[in-house]
Amino acid sequence: MLHIVNKSPLERNALESCIKHAVKGSAVLLIEDGVYGAMQGTSKASMVETAMKEDISFYVMGADLKARGIDEARVIDGMTVTDYNGFVDLVAEYDKTQSWL
Amino acid sequence: MSDAKRFLYVNRKAPYGTIYALESLEVVLIGAAFEQDVSLAFLDDGVYQLTKGQQTDELGVKNFSPTYKALGDYDVNKIYVEKESLEERGLTLDDLLPLTYEDEDDDWAEKDSIRLVSAAELAEIMEAQDVVLSF
Amino acid sequence: MKFSVLVSEGPYTHEAADSAYNFTKAALEKGHEIFRVFFYHDGVNNGTRLTTPPQDDRNIVNRWSELAQEHGVDLVLCVAAAQRRGIADPDEAKRNGKDADNIAPGFRISGLGQLIEAGIESDRLVTFGD
Repeated sequence: MLHIVNKSPLERNALESCIKHAVKGSAVLLIEDGVYGAMQGTSKASMVETAMKEDISFYVMGADLKARGIDEARVIDGMTVTDYNGFVDLVAEYDKTQSWL
Repeated sequence: MSDAKRFLYVNRKAPYGTIYALESLEVVLIGAAFEQDVSLAFLDDGVYQLTKGQQTDELGVKNFSPTYKALGDYDVNKIYVEKESLEERGLTLDDLLPLTYEDEDDDWAEKDSIRLVSAAELAEIMEAQDVVLSF
Repeated sequence: MKFSVLVSEGPYTHEAADSAYNFTKAALEKGHEIFRVFFYHDGVNNGTRLTTPPQDDRNIVNRWSELAQEHGVDLVLCVAAAQRRGIADPDEAKRNGKDADNIAPGFRISGLGQLIEAGIESDRLVTFGD
């Protein structure tokens, strides 16, 4: 399943809840304010890094990073920066999506 | 008609503070007519939607909690409530509405629709669906 | 593939309408079929023709109408949500005794069954909300 999170992990528990319910082999795509969850050095970064070690792939929307002035160099290692073409491909690749609102 | 798809409706928000609880219930009721394989999941603050004793007169808004009791009549009887979400909120099954359905395969015996599951179990249930709707 | 999209928030207040539009456009450009874009909750506010956003910013409602016009995308506003929020087509306005309608070009008003149908008929359903 492709999980989509659009809120900052410091504003809502959506990312945390998503990670708790993502099985191995899932992917998580961070869009909109969710891209703040992609940044190194936040109090939520280790939660993401641990999930990545559990065979969950993380993607982050480049357009949303740029809009917020977040340099790609500040994205957690191992996370893939993608665009809307990549988003479409992810939706096609995984058998279904779930948005954590 | 093709095989029924497994539809899961995910509820993570409390009632009344926003409209999502009410309007998602409306989708479930309309969706029931399509004879798909329907499940509901209540986790995080969504578990508050199912609590007993909601009285909205003083607030002046419609109390829609009785509608959950009708779900059984619409063949919606797989209502997954997450244990950890209840515990974090100091709630138990006793705090929730007694939602039941009549099992036509068991002489119409009345059974509980609410199934308490762990987060790990709910993750597997989510993964097994065809369509997941979040509100 | 056949995709459907659920838009659960109105234009401008949440980024959902932008993300949904960008996704829909990218999917069409990649040759996928968009079975339906369904608007629910405040998402029905994407379908009013009465918006006048600032000239130097995107016109969200018009963008949707253009998708309908150029690609035949089926834009459906949920009737119950639209009634609650005051979005009406001429028939709805007449039926409900209103003195005006405000639906934008390319949109139609219909029931929640259209959302369920989208889930049944599409290969993928993507939700954009709050």
